[in-house]
Amino acid sequence: MLQIKNLHATIDGNQIINGLNLEVKPGEIHAIMGPNGSGKSSLASVLAGREEFEVTDGTVTYKGMDLLDMDPEIRAREGVFLAFQYPVEIPGVSNISFLKTALDEIREHRKQEPLSARDFLNRTREMQKLVQFDSALTNRSLNEGFSGGEKKRNEIFQMAMLDPSLAILDETDSGLDIDALRIVADGVNKLHTPEKAFIIITHYQRLLEYIVPDFVHVLSGGKIVRSGDKSLALELEEKGYDWLREEIATS
Amino acid sequence: MRTENEIIEDFTTREYEYGFVTDIDMDILPPGLNEEVIQFISAKKNEPDWLLEWRMKGYQAFLKSKMPEWQNFKAPDVDFQDISYYAAPKNQPKYESLDDVDPELLRTYDRLGIPLEEQKLLAGVAVDAVFDSVSIATTYKEELAKLGIIFCSMSEAVQNHPDLVRKYLGTVVPHSDNIYASLNTAVFSDGSFVYIPEGVRCPMELSTYFRINAQNTGQFERTLIIAEKDSYVSYLEGCTAPQRDENQLHAAVVELIAMEGAEIKYSTVQNWFPGDEDGKGGIYNFVTKRGICKGDRSKISWTQVETGSSITWKYPSVILKGDDSVGEFYSVAVTKGKQIADTGTKINHIGKNTKSRIISKGISAGQSNNSYRGLVQIGKGAHKARNFTQCDSLLIGNKCGAHTFPYIESRNQTAMLEHEATTSKIGEDQIFYLNQRGIDPEKAVALIVNGYAKEVLSKLPMEFAVEAKKLLALTLEGSVG
Repeated sequence: MLQIKNLHATIDGNQIINGLNLEVKPGEIHAIMGPNGSGKSSLASVLAGREEFEVTDGTVTYKGMDLLDMDPEIRAREGVFLAFQYPVEIPGVSNISFLKTALDEIREHRKQEPLSARDFLNRTREMQKLVQFDSALTNRSLNEGFSGGEKKRNEIFQMAMLDPSLAILDETDSGLDIDALRIVADGVNKLHTPEKAFIIITHYQRLLEYIVPDFVHVLSGGKIVRSGDKSLALELEEKGYDWLREEIATS
Repeated sequence: MRTENEIIEDFTTREYEYGFVTDIDMDILPPGLNEEVIQFISAKKNEPDWLLEWRMKGYQAFLKSKMPEWQNFKAPDVDFQDISYYAAPKNQPKYESLDDVDPELLRTYDRLGIPLEEQKLLAGVAVDAVFDSVSIATTYKEELAKLGIIFCSMSEAVQNHPDLVRKYLGTVVPHSDNIYASLNTAVFSDGSFVYIPEGVRCPMELSTYFRINAQNTGQFERTLIIAEKDSYVSYLEGCTAPQRDENQLHAAVVELIAMEGAEIKYSTVQNWFPGDEDGKGGIYNFVTKRGICKGDRSKISWTQVETGSSITWKYPSVILKGDDSVGEFYSVAVTKGKQIADTGTKINHIGKNTKSRIISKGISAGQSNNSYRGLVQIGKGAHKARNFTQCDSLLIGNKCGAHTFPYIESRNQTAMLEHEATTSKIGEDQIFYLNQRGIDPEKAVALIVNGYAKEVLSKLPMEFAVEAKKLLALTLEGSVG
């Protein structure tokens, strides 16, 4: 589904992704961990197409297409979803009309008829239930006045509504209390199918107690320095990131 | 991939695609302004002596007036001798059918959701005999007449209801109010007259669409609305469709009078030609609008969506004379290119327990300048008067300006005034967030702007609100590359 080869990217002239390779197949869950400033969120931004990031080398192929050649909205319509680390507030735009607009755009791109108001509302209700999202928040302005946790849960609700093939969760767990964390993880697990892939970016191991990854990658200095299964996450939790740095330095 | 700046650049430099010239065969007076011209206009309209005298008073006041200097832009030099003050429209349609009309214009009408028959009216196409605007208007008129409501052109009112016109004309905006109001008094062409009798709730939105002879009254329009005790009326002015007009200077006057317990809602959507990229040739929209809440418990609210004109200079105002009367002002003003808007309101609290609410949303893009100017006056006797003012500015790009000039004068200690103001920019983060959900940058900007203006748009009558939303989106669309 996704092949990243030798990816290099800069922001404001600073090298931030430095020769990154990654392959994600349908149905897989990849966790990307690493210390602050290792390039985790930058990777998410590059994949979503944030314009401040300049790709200087390498390729990213998504479903056989050149991902880097697509505008951000086209990537989204092709099924790439980013759950933002810091979701923005858009006053006056209701969550529900925003979602209807987004879903219409995505369906049009996929040559599907727009959902009727009734089908849309049914889907909204179903997904609210699935990810335990408060229906009162659905009718409020997009993220306006939401608590940190509500914003993160709204990201998961949007993910459920828009039905992406590749979902990237950028530190969705940060700032969540244990109950919210469980709800978010539960949502992801329910939405996970053999066709869908997830890239879960996280600083801590605790989210991975609830979402079991197929692979864990450790990012440092803008590239993957180590890959393994879920036991790697536990090892990191136990030892921190310093031992890894030392190991890399000495190797 | 287009950057946000490119998109903004695109839309802020986009030319007004819908301006076009008509050459309707007119009975035109040569340019120039003097007493003979005013006599000619008055005679042409078969006006009574008192009205001619009033026009002359306006003319004298105009001669003595000076151009204001307090505004936040350089007032253009208008050569008043270079304007023709009378042009009688002949009812010759310009086109035989819609097929002859610029398809781009029709596309705009379609996207604004304007019905076919209205499109014809707007574009200057001959209207079908079977289903023409005249018959629609007649049907409406009959229904209104049953309730005793008068809704006609000012010229008709002068002929058919001279006593009412004489009693109220110029009582809210006097002939010497300001230079443009004086000019209007002297040379006003036509306009609307509305009279709602006591206790009557007008059952439909009164719109200039359905007024016969409504076209080509543009330049010096004069509107007078009287709502008798416990009556209600909602009046719509203008339309979202781009409007054609050859006259650069628009100096209209609108007067509203609300008696005890009456309510007048006045909504405007203004989309006149904004000028070319350098702002040349656009309309100067210098309008004096004022209402008086004469009776106790009366209410006047102004709602305006201003997107056109090269200069918009107007302050729809309310005099709160009656006790417990309410004045409201809701405004969205969009400027782009080199457009200028200096707009806001004046609320004059005189009666006890009077309340006012001002919500102003400015949106500036391109190299435009958008100013909110407001004055809230609390008189000595206005015990426990209350005002709430909120003026927000939204900036798109970094070459535009937003300014706020709120003035407060309070002579009563029991009054309560609140003022809130914010300035924000459409963030790249907001646009990117929406992009990431599959929404393209242009739709994203439209969505953000409509959200920002929601509080005002929601005050418009339902159908108008839908059109106004589309208008905002369309205004901000910026030719898709």
